[in-house]
Amino acid sequence: MVEGIQSAAQVTSWLVPGQSLFLVIHILGVAAFAYIVAKRLVPLVRAERDPRFDQPLARVGKVLKFWLGQWKHPRYRVAGIAHILIFAGFMLLAMRAFTVLIVGVHQNFVMPGLSGTAGHVYETVTDYAATVVFLCMVFAIVRRLVFKPARYVVPARYGKAHTADAVFLLALIAILMLADSLFEAARAAGQAQQGLPVELTTVLSLPWILKTALAATPLPMLGRLYFSAYLLHEVTFYFLLCYRPFGIQFHVETSLFNVYFAKLDKGTLKPVRWGVSDEHLDQVKSFGVKTFEDFTWKHMLDFYSCADCGRCSDNCPANAVGRPLSPRFITIKARDYAFQHYPMLGSAGNGKPLIGTVFSEDEIWSCTTCGACEEECPLLIEYIDKIVDLRRGMVDDGNVPQSLQKPLKALESRGNPYGKMEKKKADWANAKDFQQVCRVKTLNQENGADTLYFVDSITSYDDRMQSIGRATAKILDHIGENFGILGAAEKDSGHEVRRFGEETLFMALRDHNAEAIKASGVKRIVTADPHAYNALKHDYKDVPPVEHISQVIASGVKSGKIRFNPVENAKDVYTYHDPCYLGRHNQIYDDPRNVLDAIPGLKRVEMSRSRDRSFCCGGGGLMLFYEPKEEERIGVKRVRMAAEAGANVIVTACPFCMVNIEDAIKVAGLEGKMTAIDLAELADQQMARESPASEAAEAVELRPEYVTGR
Amino acid sequence: MMARIFAYIVHRAGVAEDTAAELAAAAIKVDAAAPATAIVCGWGAELDAVCESLRASYAEVWKIANEALAYPNAELIRKALVKVLPPGCIVLVPHEHFGIDLAPGLSIKTNAAFVSDVLAIEGIEGADLKVVRQEFGGQANAHVRCDISSGAVITVRPGACKPLEGASLGGAVVDKSADVGTVNAGRRYLQTLVAEAGDVDITKHAVLVSVGRGIQEKENIAIAQDLADALGAAVSCSRPVVDAKWLEKSRQVGSSGKTVKPKVYLACGISGAFQHLAGIKGNPFIIAINKNPKAPIFQVADVGIVDDILEFLPELTNKVREMRGVSAK
Amino acid sequence: MEILVCARRVPDTSENEIALNSAGNDIERDELVYSINEPDNYAVEEALQIAARAGGNVTVVTVGGEDDEEILRREMAMGANHGVLITDGAFAGSDGRGIATILKAFVQKGNYDLILTGVQAEDGAAQVGGMLAAMLDYPFASLVNAIEVLDGKKLKISREIEGGNKEMNEIDLPCVLSIQTGINEPRYVGMRGIRAVASVPIPTYGAVELGVAAGTVGEAAAKVKRVDYFVPTLGRGAEMLEGDREENIEKLLQLVAAKGGLK
Repeated sequence: MVEGIQSAAQVTSWLVPGQSLFLVIHILGVAAFAYIVAKRLVPLVRAERDPRFDQPLARVGKVLKFWLGQWKHPRYRVAGIAHILIFAGFMLLAMRAFTVLIVGVHQNFVMPGLSGTAGHVYETVTDYAATVVFLCMVFAIVRRLVFKPARYVVPARYGKAHTADAVFLLALIAILMLADSLFEAARAAGQAQQGLPVELTTVLSLPWILKTALAATPLPMLGRLYFSAYLLHEVTFYFLLCYRPFGIQFHVETSLFNVYFAKLDKGTLKPVRWGVSDEHLDQVKSFGVKTFEDFTWKHMLDFYSCADCGRCSDNCPANAVGRPLSPRFITIKARDYAFQHYPMLGSAGNGKPLIGTVFSEDEIWSCTTCGACEEECPLLIEYIDKIVDLRRGMVDDGNVPQSLQKPLKALESRGNPYGKMEKKKADWANAKDFQQVCRVKTLNQENGADTLYFVDSITSYDDRMQSIGRATAKILDHIGENFGILGAAEKDSGHEVRRFGEETLFMALRDHNAEAIKASGVKRIVTADPHAYNALKHDYKDVPPVEHISQVIASGVKSGKIRFNPVENAKDVYTYHDPCYLGRHNQIYDDPRNVLDAIPGLKRVEMSRSRDRSFCCGGGGLMLFYEPKEEERIGVKRVRMAAEAGANVIVTACPFCMVNIEDAIKVAGLEGKMTAIDLAELADQQMARESPASEAAEAVELRPEYVTGR
Repeated sequence: MMARIFAYIVHRAGVAEDTAAELAAAAIKVDAAAPATAIVCGWGAELDAVCESLRASYAEVWKIANEALAYPNAELIRKALVKVLPPGCIVLVPHEHFGIDLAPGLSIKTNAAFVSDVLAIEGIEGADLKVVRQEFGGQANAHVRCDISSGAVITVRPGACKPLEGASLGGAVVDKSADVGTVNAGRRYLQTLVAEAGDVDITKHAVLVSVGRGIQEKENIAIAQDLADALGAAVSCSRPVVDAKWLEKSRQVGSSGKTVKPKVYLACGISGAFQHLAGIKGNPFIIAINKNPKAPIFQVADVGIVDDILEFLPELTNKVREMRGVSAK
Repeated sequence: MEILVCARRVPDTSENEIALNSAGNDIERDELVYSINEPDNYAVEEALQIAARAGGNVTVVTVGGEDDEEILRREMAMGANHGVLITDGAFAGSDGRGIATILKAFVQKGNYDLILTGVQAEDGAAQVGGMLAAMLDYPFASLVNAIEVLDGKKLKISREIEGGNKEMNEIDLPCVLSIQTGINEPRYVGMRGIRAVASVPIPTYGAVELGVAAGTVGEAAAKVKRVDYFVPTLGRGAEMLEGDREENIEKLLQLVAAKGGLK
């Protein structure tokens, strides 16, 4: 309460008492905001359903970690810290802002619980909070205008830069802080001049600085400043409130909900339609997302929640090599579409196809589903489900690139993308000289086993990758695993078939394999192919638990069943490349590393992009057939990263990574200087076996398979 | 068996194509005793030049001069031929774009049997002509019998029959233009659009000189191009060459590139990766030249040479030019 | 515009390994997968695009048996309005001319403005289109790689000739065209689409409905017969040339010429 300076509520300007003026502003502001939000909710009401109301505890946990805890923000250190400060400031200032707003109508309003000492403490804290926020705004504006971080750049095809809008918003927040501080400072200066006890004691805070600056200002001027600051605060507050839903700042309101409703599991895909079981899918008229309204409400909320930070695109391998895909702009374009077709005034226009207007086909086919974007996004915006849904829509319309039609047709007729005959699926294991080293049985009526080695297509048919199959078999044999393969009965896991939008073909492959697996009676599955691993773990239902060979080797090392011989060449420097579907999607980072570290004399370095920041090799499965428009191959970038880290041997644990990396080594001109080896191949090669003489002889014989450079 | 044998002559700019000589040889394979007649349609001095050039290899040359036939429109030519061909004769046509256009309909209009893209002619046995054809994109050969008792139209694969050397039959040119008169058809030729220089379609070439990483540098692609020019072939490549931007994507052979079905495939400095080989169909004759004796390509090639392509190819090119009597550019 | 596409079900060339059977007189057919002849698929796509541009219906017809229905369904899943199966025991063993005779009878039962077929099938004969046109006395063009509808009476078409050049022609309707691959980019037919047409009834026509005389079709009437299949001997791995460079070049060129590589 202030004497000497008329409270804002009591000031009369142009015959309108402040109290009434501000009440009207409150009512208009809140009403406008409510109207705007209601309009923003319209498309969500028309959207597809999305069950996100389960597991409330887990969801609250995510809110605490990612929303309140700002967990992902520090991944970009400078911006991350700045945002944490801003966010903390906003949280702290929330009640103060509310108080300030009410004071315009009820001049003596004090927040319940914030009177007395608590109030003073709160005042102190928030004075500094406002200062910090203000400084952060200045910093952010300078950063935007002067330092211009690369990830904010808007490529020409997406329109003009967002800088002006960003700076505008930052400036408005700065003004809000200023207005609030000025309001307080004017009052405090007035109190000081009249010898009243001053409520402002926070030294070097913004309000304090302003108060000091106003120390000599005459009282009437202070009164006007006090009122103006208040009005400015009101107007700015409500302007921001109502403006935020028109741009990226809407995330201020939506982030809490976006994080609460975020996807809880990794590596899975949303079904074609929530609530429609596989058997009833033929009743669904249209598959996938063709129009905006085909998205689920949560996907639309994602579009609203994007803060345009660019971290997703900054980590996107497709974007890095100049493919037409930028995840950031998938979201921004979709958001702009929503804003345009669901305007504040006028009726909603809907039902227009997205492909060819908002998104291009190549844009959607370019995605390798590596998940780097989702891993990075501080708002937990999802991308893979949307891309897959858009692909489902294109497949449904027959709009599939010719380069993908061949392997899809082959998958349909032969169960593998190469069109190779089923009876040749187990040729890699049945080669006579290999049979003498390691007998691999094909599971059938007579031959059963505890464990199934699910080989999948590329390892079965590609002569280079067959050596991964053989190495895996030898490892399982060495640890005494009773295992077998399905042979001709095994079809492609269908992992990429599903992610490329051909859900029906995927289900056919899945059902065939699930039946074969069930008939085999195995109790667990092992695979050396992370895509097969992810499919069996997340896309298949009712199959035995699955492990990746790196996990098997790691536990063998731990239990002592597996020991390694020292590396031959002590000068080699190894680095481990995390395959996307082993690492990011399934969080298996340590087992492969532990295996490498268990090899005596093996020198290992980490690339700067490793673990959940690993850089995709270029993609597997059907992506190997797609012909993208790009400036450089994704794998080449990755190989250069390995060279930068000082490594000359890249170890990976995925046959598709192997294809891409070996090709990239050649293209990058590093043949002879860099080699690649699969974890299973390396483990097999270094395996310490019982009878050194014969094993060494085998090892020598089989080593030429690992000769690099093709 | 003395059915008259005719050979349809494809010519351009006053010169008969190589198939003219090949069909003369093919005719002998059909029936060495039967005289072969060349049948030529066209107009003007160019037509006359062609007819003159055929006299050495054919017992008779039938000339059909008609202004409407100045450009070889198969629909018109078929109507012309029907007017002059005697019943029960055998007509040989080269199996290329013109022959494909002309021959099947011709067999119907002359009420003759039809067999196409013959690879080898084994001779007449009773009422049948025995030939060899390929099916399944060249993956299987077949022995075929064609009942020629009421005549036959046979298209012969270009290059399948080696032309005879030193033929000097001295056939007379007989003008059959009057027997043809005017011809009309429901199809009219407008013009020919020439392909742009960059428009090489590797899927349409019978011989490919394909390069891989072993070519080492963009500048060296010229070595392959020289050989391709000398052979009348096209240059194709494996993926790394496209990735290195030494050649356009349209030249890439492989699972994510083009599928080619050439007759001869020279794999130069190509290791033989699975994804590349997946683009080669039809069982062509594959020659692999690679520095590395262990390159997987040698498993799938028909002939292999361990050598440095940067030295081997220029010498090969010189030899080809020598054989063709073309001086080095 | 009523468009008819004559299609055929063939062993898929890219998804099969063609090998001789144990008797050595035919290819091993047990494990073959079949699909629509690729050029025919391009023809259907072209028909669909023409119908979309100029209005009309697309009918796909095949001569064969029950097994061949699957390609009709696939093309209907792609968008063809009708699928027709022509089947009769009397048609078995027909040669190209026999097939063309059967198709001619079917064409004359309908009222088609445009008849398309793929340029050739797995036997590489490239004959049925041209024969059908001659039997119907319709103008014909082969190796068509572009079609423009000028009006209800004429088309402007492009034929693929040597060197990638295009021969532009004007052709009157009704006509028969044989379509070359690459004329368009066929749309994808997914499993879902195929399942959706799995129970659509497909009308069949036999010799009686078509009025085809027995002596003109079938094995007895065939003038061209395949005696057997054989595979030219393939070596295991390459024949390595061991001479010096000059010798190798000589030998190499001999082999290339023998394979038709030196024109």
